[in-house]
Amino acid sequence: MSAHRSLINKLLLACVAMFAFGFALVPLYDVFCDITGINGKTDKVAAAAPDRIDRGREVTVEFLATHDPAVAVNFAPETARLRLNPGDLQTVSFVVENRTGEPIVTTAVPSVSPGEAARHFMKIECFCFQEQPLAPGERKAMPVQFYVDPELPARFKNLTLSYRLYRSVGQSASR
Amino acid sequence: MIPRHARAIALSLLPVISLPAGAAPSGWRQLNLPVGVTSISRDAYDLHMLAIYVCILIGIAVFGAMIYAMINFRKSKGAVADRTLTHSTKAEVIWTAIPAFILIFLAWQTVPALIHIEDTRDSDMTIRITGYQWKWHYEYMGEGVSFYSALGERSNTARQRNAALRPAEVDHYLLEVDEVLVLPVGAKIRYLISANDVIHAWWVPELGIKRDAIPGFINEGWFRIDQPGTYRGQCAELCGKDHGFMPIVVEALPPEEFAAWLAARRPAAQAALASSQP
Amino acid sequence: MSDTTHHGPPTGIRRWLFTTNHKDIGTLYLVFSLVMLFVGGAMAMIIRLELFQPGLQFVNPEFFNQMTTLHALVMVFGMIMPAFAGFANWMVPLMIGAPDMALPRLNNFSFWILPFAALMLVSTLFMPGGGPASGWTLYPPLVLQTGDAFPFVIFSVHLLGISSILAAINIIVTIMNMRTPDMPLLKMPLFVWTWLITAYLLILVMPVLAGAVTMLFTDQFFGTSFFQAAGGGDPVLFQHIFWFFGHPEVYIIILPSFGIISQIIPTFSRKPLFGHDSMVYATASIAFLSCIVWAHHMFTVGMPLAGQLYFMLSTMLIAIPTGVKIFNWTATMWRGSLSFETPMLFAIAFLFLFTFGGFSGVMMALTPADIQYHDSYFIVAHFHYVLVPGAMFAAIAGVYYWLPKWTGHMYDERLGKIHFWLSAISVNLTFFPQHFVGLAGMPRRIPDYALQFADLNAFMSIGGFLFGLSQLLFLWGVVRCMRGIGDKATDRVWEGAQGLEWEVPSPAPYHTFDTPPVVK
Repeated sequence: MSAHRSLINKLLLACVAMFAFGFALVPLYDVFCDITGINGKTDKVAAAAPDRIDRGREVTVEFLATHDPAVAVNFAPETARLRLNPGDLQTVSFVVENRTGEPIVTTAVPSVSPGEAARHFMKIECFCFQEQPLAPGERKAMPVQFYVDPELPARFKNLTLSYRLYRSVGQSASR
Repeated sequence: MIPRHARAIALSLLPVISLPAGAAPSGWRQLNLPVGVTSISRDAYDLHMLAIYVCILIGIAVFGAMIYAMINFRKSKGAVADRTLTHSTKAEVIWTAIPAFILIFLAWQTVPALIHIEDTRDSDMTIRITGYQWKWHYEYMGEGVSFYSALGERSNTARQRNAALRPAEVDHYLLEVDEVLVLPVGAKIRYLISANDVIHAWWVPELGIKRDAIPGFINEGWFRIDQPGTYRGQCAELCGKDHGFMPIVVEALPPEEFAAWLAARRPAAQAALASSQP
Repeated sequence: MSDTTHHGPPTGIRRWLFTTNHKDIGTLYLVFSLVMLFVGGAMAMIIRLELFQPGLQFVNPEFFNQMTTLHALVMVFGMIMPAFAGFANWMVPLMIGAPDMALPRLNNFSFWILPFAALMLVSTLFMPGGGPASGWTLYPPLVLQTGDAFPFVIFSVHLLGISSILAAINIIVTIMNMRTPDMPLLKMPLFVWTWLITAYLLILVMPVLAGAVTMLFTDQFFGTSFFQAAGGGDPVLFQHIFWFFGHPEVYIIILPSFGIISQIIPTFSRKPLFGHDSMVYATASIAFLSCIVWAHHMFTVGMPLAGQLYFMLSTMLIAIPTGVKIFNWTATMWRGSLSFETPMLFAIAFLFLFTFGGFSGVMMALTPADIQYHDSYFIVAHFHYVLVPGAMFAAIAGVYYWLPKWTGHMYDERLGKIHFWLSAISVNLTFFPQHFVGLAGMPRRIPDYALQFADLNAFMSIGGFLFGLSQLLFLWGVVRCMRGIGDKATDRVWEGAQGLEWEVPSPAPYHTFDTPPVVK
């Protein structure tokens, strides 16, 4: 029985380890996404300021805004598209309007396409870094200050920055 | 260049089983992957046919050996088992190496197609595709034209249980929509795709495009339609009860006709936008 | 044998509820699996009935989706996995000369979890909102729209997983510690080898599935956001975790089939297995490769070029050891002395049709082509070819092969052959045309289809009904033997049979190998 015991313990340990590994895939996946740009995820923290401007080429950045059907807002970019030099710091605003009669808290999830360019999309300041409370009927412009990394490979000429606005998870759970 | 060349050689080596090129759409054509009207769909078709031919050749060899064994080594024919034949390093090396070479050849063939698919540079226009439960939404970016595209009325009637209208009476049953996606021929069309609720997938076989629409995230791709025509597809990712009832219809028009169509849609679209923003 | 020194089994229901005997538990697993075959089969019949004609005649789309979901879950977790667990329980101790499984009480527990889990799973159909309708892959966000059944689905998947893990632990301990002293690892019969590797795979990936569905559960009820974009999660993450489990799961199902086929073909070729050791290495490499290819199920989600290339190449690699197995089986038949009893017929059908399923597998590895195949009926055809005339035919072959040893009675050879020919023909009538409708553009998991697919779907449905009905012959044949009808089986049963299991009487006594046997 003791020979059994030590083998059983090892196998059980392996099971527990693999269960934990399932959860470990969550942060691993984030790292993986950062590297490969799956789903165009961008950093959730502010990037450093650009150190140079590449005047030699221009890229087009388009802005999109959508919102979850569960949150009644109007949400749209003030600017549809910009042509800019990599390294050139720009600010654009997204306008949100709370159409409900109650205060809501929203979060915006960014996604950049093509995904492989996502890590070259640098946000210095973004309304997506924090949750955004909105008073009943409130309308506000939410800025994002960004630049395109001059290291962006030359094959990318069009980037799209898309935000999807959700009711914040803490609030929807208590709904 | 080399892979294309190799593929041409491989295909030309098989004249006996390859189909007459340019044959009219026969019964067989309707049962095979469509060649389609984009370079992406043709790449997929070429690879598909190449893989089929390779599989047929391997199949003839492997199944042939099995059948030969079954016919010639029957006990009822007095075959005596050679119990010493249990190992042969030479044979095993051969049947490990040959499949490896075949696979490397096949993999090599896919590389140019893969690189081609990902190349969204220098597009002429962008459309935005959004999947909803259970319809599609299309937006011509920068044109102010957007609309929903849902299952056509007659299909929707006929698909109900115990409907008076029978599916056979509906033209393009389940493959017709109320508003078709009109696109120009010859333009490099970039699409941005996302979803509103659950994951959908936008699939038009003749365009060679199938891309998941993932809520909260955008993906992109491109295609260039070579021939005017109507191309039909369906949602390919299970998205709930009406997953089978959210078709896609693309109508490809010559550039001038497309421009006229778009111009006609613009004011109407703007008026609709002003009066009823959802 | 030393049967006389032991008490026989207790009688009545208590025997089955409290048994710790590996043969009884093996029987329980196999009977349970046979029941689930008909439960899952009935669902398949409903699917084929609705797809017989265009238009909706019999069920609503909601119910149709529940049928496709539960058909898969029942067949995978309720039918085929327990069937192979049953084979393992019965045959592994007999093949390695062990008196019983290493952990008999755990063995009882791991079986008796199953009926409750399966009952819970099937009962979700009657809950408000119906059963799960998101496909067996349980992709969020769709799966989160499941009604009241949601927690029960999650819980039953947990239970089914626990049952498999416990069985796997038991099998590993038995094989590693309980072999008769003169059986070194590389001398073990191939069925034992494949199960050893399968059991390790189970331990590797079932906990990951448990983790994935646990995350679904907390997303739904505890406000976490593993898979919800709103809270910083990502639905695609679920697909990665699921397929990290899901692809090895395919091999968990197919490796024991390889094992059974590797027992049967030598017996009826009257010749030892060709390349025994390379078969073992091939099995191990397949198991390893199966863990690193998962994202080939996800070529359409949007993946960087490097990822697509990697997953394509690693997927293709699997074809090499799989090819080695096919060639070795063929070489086993080469210069043999073949006879074609029912087990051999099913094994040969496996050889042909599994290889055929492998061909479409290689085609699907080619990413640009797979983008067209993905989520179409071509995929449905592919995985049914590897699972039905693949895994399920192997299980049926195994039943016919060992049934005389289990019951002491020969099955009716004529009945077996009729069952074989009906099954082999109708399985192709059902699944072969699915390649074509898939290529022509029919997506999977749809309750209704465009008119150009109508003829072939009617054809497939008829094939499907015929296949379903044919399995009643199987049921009849098995029940006959269990009730003691049929010729007395000899100890060796088959002329060319080799191995310890054929050294004991038929039926195998309740207790065998109380003293370790000598391997000849």
